Amino acid sequence: MADRPEGTAAQGSNKPVLSLHVPEPKYRPGDTVDFSHIGVTRPGDQPRPDEVCHASETAPLTLDLVRVLGDDNKAHGPWDPKLDPETLRQMLRHFAMVRAFDARMYRGQRQGKTSFYMKCTGEEATSISAAMALASDDMVFPSYRQQGILIARGYSLVEMINQIYSNRGDKLKGRQLPIMYSSREHSFFSISGNLATQTPQAVGWAMASAIKGDSRIAATWVGEGSTAEGDFHSACTFAAVYNAPVILNVVNNQWAISSFSGFAGAERTTFAARAVGYGIAGIRVDGNDPLAVYAAERWAANRARANAGPTLIEHFTYRAEGHSTSDDPSQYRSAHESDEWPLGDPVNRLKKHLIALGEWDEERHAAMDLACAEEVKAATKEAEKNGILGHGLHHPFATMFEDVFEELPWHLVEQSKQAIHEREVKFPEGRPK
Amino acid sequence: MSVQETASSDPLVTEETRRLNMIEAINEALDIMLARDPDVIIMGEDVGYFGGVFRATAGLQEKHGKTRVFDTPISECGIIGVAVGMGAYGLRPVPEIQFADYIYPGLDQLISEAARLRYRSAGEYIAPMTVRSPFGGGIFGGQTHSQSPEAIFAHVSGLKTVIPSTPHDAKGLLIAAIEDNDPVIFFEPKRIYNGPFSGYYDKPVEPWKKHRDSKVPEGYYKIPLGKARIVQEGEAMTVLTYGTMVHVAEAVCAAKGVDAEILDLRTLVPLDIEAIEKSVKKTGRCLIVHEATRTAGFGAELSALVTERCFYHLEAPVDRVTGFDTPYPHSLEWAYFPGPVRIGEAIDKLLKD
Repeated sequence: MADRPEGTAAQGSNKPVLSLHVPEPKYRPGDTVDFSHIGVTRPGDQPRPDEVCHASETAPLTLDLVRVLGDDNKAHGPWDPKLDPETLRQMLRHFAMVRAFDARMYRGQRQGKTSFYMKCTGEEATSISAAMALASDDMVFPSYRQQGILIARGYSLVEMINQIYSNRGDKLKGRQLPIMYSSREHSFFSISGNLATQTPQAVGWAMASAIKGDSRIAATWVGEGSTAEGDFHSACTFAAVYNAPVILNVVNNQWAISSFSGFAGAERTTFAARAVGYGIAGIRVDGNDPLAVYAAERWAANRARANAGPTLIEHFTYRAEGHSTSDDPSQYRSAHESDEWPLGDPVNRLKKHLIALGEWDEERHAAMDLACAEEVKAATKEAEKNGILGHGLHHPFATMFEDVFEELPWHLVEQSKQAIHEREVKFPEGRPK
Repeated sequence: MSVQETASSDPLVTEETRRLNMIEAINEALDIMLARDPDVIIMGEDVGYFGGVFRATAGLQEKHGKTRVFDTPISECGIIGVAVGMGAYGLRPVPEIQFADYIYPGLDQLISEAARLRYRSAGEYIAPMTVRSPFGGGIFGGQTHSQSPEAIFAHVSGLKTVIPSTPHDAKGLLIAAIEDNDPVIFFEPKRIYNGPFSGYYDKPVEPWKKHRDSKVPEGYYKIPLGKARIVQEGEAMTVLTYGTMVHVAEAVCAAKGVDAEILDLRTLVPLDIEAIEKSVKKTGRCLIVHEATRTAGFGAELSALVTERCFYHLEAPVDRVTGFDTPYPHSLEWAYFPGPVRIGEAIDKLLKD
């Protein structure tokens, strides 16, 4: 019997004493990690229902784990997307590029070139492989760790770095926190920073596409922690009600800053299982298996395009690094988790698969990594010509007041004059532009 | 099609001008915009087949189809959230929030998303939505059907806040709001949907049909956002007000025989500061009247602006008449409402100083 605080109503009663369950992750710093409780399914064992099946037919898949790549580095079963080697090499190159980019930007933040950065190490497949399964003009509403989509869609590295540096070349005019990209040209929605707000927006975009008789679909990404936000449930409800052509990707990377997935409900059921209650299709996929991610996303895209409705995909993965440059995960989780993660590393798995197919080798891989690092380095140098954060090369002050409204109302005209006046007081001799 | 703009002298009154109540005027504005612009869609709780709990969307689904006018789940977060996505696609959504009191679950989508989207994407994406919502008290709605939360929205950079006070203005302002490329909060004073309200709640209600401002031109016309309306010219004092309180202020001034200049602000953001300054500098006295709670209400902003800009023209301190800083009480509604007694005493004080 638990200790009972004095003076509680339960005293003197024979009713069972209530106790509050506060979730606790299995491992904390210093603990030895054993992930044997994670149900790692056998690749190829999971059935692949018809893309336009009744949503309830997918219910078993929400508790399963769709996997394609086996320990033998071969593709197995009905979910094998049967991609040609050239597409696989392209995917691998996107992986390598994102990793090189992350490494450089992380270092740039540590060198003081910007205030903030977020890596996606270990989660590359959840954005790149998924994006490759969509049409290039399908609209994506990402969260903050989907730089892989931009890389896969061929967005300019220099533009990305300009944004990260908030410099005078930043087409978002230095207004957004680093990595909160936006590129309409790449059908990539402006990243908010407020969590899960993009999910009903994606549903709304998909509804609009359906209202207009368009053929494009929408996809959104949200972390497992953020599925606790009301927005996510609104999104699921609207997606279900209007049978919206949308894919809801839940990236379950186990950690929301320091809160493990249990604080979003993972101790009770899977995130994919949320789909069942809404009556929408659901798939739980090995997020570190690039082929499985591609196959699941393509299945959902085909389903949406066929007017068969939305799909919720849980990408079961692991956040191998900190939440951001402002985070130190060694303070709250065991450093061994990343090494012990039973589903491996997506880059490594794809590389080994290509080698097993006889379509790749270590030399080419090393050369590719080097080429990516060089390309990122060159882009960084190019972007640095536009300045780095806090070194003066930013957009003119007046731009601070633009785009609040389409036209400047009188009060912003006045405040804009005030801002410029303050600069003149501070720098009476004028300041180099 | 020509764009007509209005002034208080009302050049629009022609043979084609009919008398409508505010609901009919709003319904007509929505009907016109659905017909003119295929990107306009209307959604909200009960707005489709049923036509809205106040009938503002009556007949629109039948006329324009189920994918243009449709019901939504009871989820204000979802309604505003999908409207942001629709705007990103290129639609011009006009969501209805059934009561302003219900808008709060949608606040994050309004404040952090719709209002900031143009800014954060440097114009790549916009949220050209008009959120219609009945607001204000005087209908025995209790604390959850009577609130006036306009100051919350006026405080947010990137949102426009519009409040009509007549059928004529409701139509022209709503059309302007829908065509505006920024998100607009369009609060409809539900106490005056069916008739102007003098504030003398114990007297018979007048229908709009007998009021001069119920003359509503046919067809398309716009009233620009950011232009106040001079309800009546006067010399003794300036009354700054909007919504239901326009009519209450007018009735009280008439009853007291005060030669007040009454300004119906019509939009809080953008605000017609020019009209305010001109009037207050002329009269030297300024009374602000709104139904919303007092502390940090929009009246505080108006008071500050008038003091900052017209101080040397003022003969007396700026005064505010507002609702009390309590929730809207059901049974004591008329004790809460800033009615003739509260306004009358403020006028007396302002003229005495």
